[in-house]
Amino acid sequence: MALTIDEVDHIAELARLKLSEEETEIFREQLSEILDFASRLQKLDTSEIPPTARVIQPGGTLRQDVPRPGLELEDLLHNAPDTEQGQFRVPPVLD
Amino acid sequence: MTEFTDLSLNQLSEALRNGDISSQELTLAYLERIQEIDPALNAFLTATPELALKQAQLADASLSSWRRDPSIELSPLLGIPIAVKDVLCVAGVRCTCGSLILEEFVPPFNATVIERLFAAGAVLLGKTNMDEFAMGSSTENSAYGVTRNPWSLKRVPGGSSGGSAAAVAARMTAAALGTDTGGSVRQPASFCGVTGLKPTFGRVSRYGLVAYGSSLDVVGVLGRNAADLAPIFKAIAGHDPRDATTLDIPLPDMNLTDTGQRKNQATSPDSPLQNLRVGVPQEYFIAGIQPEVEKAVRQAIKELEALGADVQTVSLPNTEYAVPVYYTIASAEASANLARYDGVRYGPRVTNDSLIDLFRDTRGEKFGSEVKRRIMLGTYALSAGYYDAYYGQAQKVRTMIKDDFDLAFEQVDMIAAPVAPTTAFPIGEHTDDPLAMYLEDVFTLPANLAGVPGISVPAGFDDQNLPIGMQLMAPQFDEEVLLRTAYTYQQVTDWHERKPSS
Repeated sequence: MALTIDEVDHIAELARLKLSEEETEIFREQLSEILDFASRLQKLDTSEIPPTARVIQPGGTLRQDVPRPGLELEDLLHNAPDTEQGQFRVPPVLD
Repeated sequence: MTEFTDLSLNQLSEALRNGDISSQELTLAYLERIQEIDPALNAFLTATPELALKQAQLADASLSSWRRDPSIELSPLLGIPIAVKDVLCVAGVRCTCGSLILEEFVPPFNATVIERLFAAGAVLLGKTNMDEFAMGSSTENSAYGVTRNPWSLKRVPGGSSGGSAAAVAARMTAAALGTDTGGSVRQPASFCGVTGLKPTFGRVSRYGLVAYGSSLDVVGVLGRNAADLAPIFKAIAGHDPRDATTLDIPLPDMNLTDTGQRKNQATSPDSPLQNLRVGVPQEYFIAGIQPEVEKAVRQAIKELEALGADVQTVSLPNTEYAVPVYYTIASAEASANLARYDGVRYGPRVTNDSLIDLFRDTRGEKFGSEVKRRIMLGTYALSAGYYDAYYGQAQKVRTMIKDDFDLAFEQVDMIAAPVAPTTAFPIGEHTDDPLAMYLEDVFTLPANLAGVPGISVPAGFDDQNLPIGMQLMAPQFDEEVLLRTAYTYQQVTDWHERKPSS
């Protein structure tokens, strides 16, 4: 199956990735080839088979839901590119 | 004069206790070796000499106290220098994940495995190179340059834990932590001639491990031999309240020399693997496998038989679907996990024009092409109209692959197979063909999809003097049988003792 340039642009938009024209074309070819390869799974009859999302059965390892110390605000903001008054700063979303 | 950096972890542990060397001297010896040979290998992204020497000094103080009062219990890791893949958080030490998007990221906390190693007295030499966000099988996807294979500088060390494998092989550390999502501990261990354990999914905490494929990611250990892996695995394994995917299942003693302990059946010294049923899956010896790899692994299986194991053929019929299932599921999980790199909370920010451009431009510029490729693939597999056909179907075929293992383990205690179809390939060989690179993982992916533990054990060399690994896989939570069998095999072989000349 061959993806179109429009489809690749749409996926990049969903994934919030800016791609150059050259990258878009390379990904179009490579993703088409990979999806073509993956499509062999669709030939298998799995109507009676449940999906696996986790390979182990969780067994009573959940902790009590009680407050406990977390990281300090200063540590949390330390790696951010832009902060103000103890918060992450981003460009305005509304005009 | 003994080169202490040539000794195994367990020998070093003894040398430290005997006072043949101090932890500070040993740490300096490794740091000097890193300084001397790593410029040619690029196994380390960050060395941590100050932290290491401080930790070594504390370890020496503990050793002195112990000499005055031998009733104090000592960890076998006390004063032992180790390296850690740059995907596990160490408080105050840069953690790049091999990516430009985390170029200056300094975590404010320790991963649980790091906390446990530090509590045991281990010394951190530095953080090792890797494929960006652990996506790759060659370490060529690192934003900081490829790591070179110590056995041949023109070849890849495997990946994604290529820096850790190369560092152990080149004697730049006693052992190292890696992570294994689709083979990223076992395959580089095989390519570099070291021993590498991928534990059961849920056995080791992932708190502080930067996530890639959350239903697959496991923290593993690389070392010179199986006996060296045991104390590290024991130190890091076990339930962690901060990671709800870890299970509270007791760890066995892992006294590797006591071969008869399993199932309380006595074994004779001549056949230490008596009562061990080893399955050989026919689907792992396929066309396309390098003939020398097949020959070496079959010979290694003969050795297991000579040690008393009952070798039989088993079938894992859905092996051929592991590659498409893995790349669909892992990419889908990655596309969600990597959404957090958005130029807001960490990392660089490329533009401030608008919020959407901030996201798009930062991610577009700072992620490498393999990471972008998998995010795209995963986004597609999860998108409206394609979810059932791709992601949903892959999860169902994953069940079939897991069922194959469940069925095989009704028949045998362990599965023996190759780790990879070839030995280390030349740098650049697969970089333009992602699908060809994905196919390299065909023998390691199934263990991740089924959540079972696996180990890569050195089992020979090809005619270019490149290491070959044998892979052993066991039922969930039976890492002990892997370590014990590998240990027993290593008592009668010396592949793991070979040392690269570079």
